[in-house]
Amino acid sequence: MKYLKNVVTLDLDEEKCTGCGICAEVCPHQVFKIINKKAAIQDRDSCMECGACAINCPFSAISVAAGAGCAQAIIKGKLGKGEICC
Amino acid sequence: MGSWKVRWGINRMEYKVAPGLYGIGEPGEDSPVLVTANYKMTFDRLRKELSGVNAWVLVINTRGINVWCSAGKGTFNATEIARVIAMTNLSWVVSHRTLVLPQLSAVGVAAHRLLKISGFRVIYGPVRACDLPKFLGAGMKASPQMRRVNFGFADRLVLIPIELVRVIKIVIAAYLVIFILNLLKIWSVSYLATLPYLGAVVAGCVLTPALLPWIPGRSFAWKGWLLGLLWSTAVILYSFPAVPSGWTKALVYLLILPALSSYLAVNFTGSSTFTSLSGVKRELKVALPAAIISAGLGVVLLFLNQFVL
Ligand code: SF4
Ligand code: SF4
Repeated sequence: MKYLKNVVTLDLDEEKCTGCGICAEVCPHQVFKIINKKAAIQDRDSCMECGACAINCPFSAISVAAGAGCAQAIIKGKLGKGEICC
Repeated sequence: MGSWKVRWGINRMEYKVAPGLYGIGEPGEDSPVLVTANYKMTFDRLRKELSGVNAWVLVINTRGINVWCSAGKGTFNATEIARVIAMTNLSWVVSHRTLVLPQLSAVGVAAHRLLKISGFRVIYGPVRACDLPKFLGAGMKASPQMRRVNFGFADRLVLIPIELVRVIKIVIAAYLVIFILNLLKIWSVSYLATLPYLGAVVAGCVLTPALLPWIPGRSFAWKGWLLGLLWSTAVILYSFPAVPSGWTKALVYLLILPALSSYLAVNFTGSSTFTSLSGVKRELKVALPAAIISAGLGVVLLFLNQFVL
């Protein structure tokens, strides 16, 4: 199942990447692939912006605006209430 | 019984396990250490899947919340794991310096930071506890299948009650209001006339999640709207000849029912395992105003039809 196209905020700085492979290991949707000792984004639209790759990259090569893709939390947030997801 | 109650949102808070180190089978100093949340359902599942294996289970305090949600909230983190490692004297209990973490906890744990503060290296295990024996047997290697988060029919079905409970409360309240209106003879509403609305609720919170991959389109709001439209068409075709004020009533249904299903369907994004924050924000930007305007017009028309025309 795929979600909307071309919306996610995932970004990879190849300069900083050492190809350690942690990002590919932790991603639940196989967004990364290690090609020639560098991480590459191979399936951007499958990213759910969980943030696992970014927090686990030891070289801060990944940035993503992480958060729960949850309508309830966003609506409650707009109404000024705390989020209630999960 | 316990898990049934938890899924339906009853006494969710009572299902905690005390943080600490637990042995499964007859673990020794070489046995693997698996870290998990102190949500009872998670802990019990882990214990069940590991029967026949000798292992340590390090339960950290996530305030009774499961791995995925607590990692997202930040309670399943490196500092907390380091705290329980120190509390349980883990470095004296085992001779190795490796922890197995559930893959889904990676959202909250920076493995390189945990290594720095505790001296323990992290290996991310499989997403599902049932793959653990295979993972351990293969020398702590996870296959791509073990790493992938699925969202199959069964996965979606068990999540439907969570949405349903939220909505059922509102539905019951609505019926109470109708009951009182009828009782005080302010506005008599036949219960039969509420069935189309009830159907739209079911279309949005039960059918859309269940049939998710088979409904065309990618946006949840759109999928819900589509099913709501199908349902309204069915209602109109069924009741048209019998309803004297046919056209207005049909329009009311077309304005309210799909909007209602759409709104409820988009709420299922909270339970799904593949929707991104940016994506849901984009959907909502269109879907929320559209649903409000459409349903609002419908309600106005309904009142006009009832009291003025
Ligand atoms: S975790 Fe960071 S450094 Fe390692 S492969 Fe991925 S992007 Fe590169
Ligand atoms: S944010 Fe999550 S889903 Fe997206 S690439 Fe990183 S680990 Fe994968």
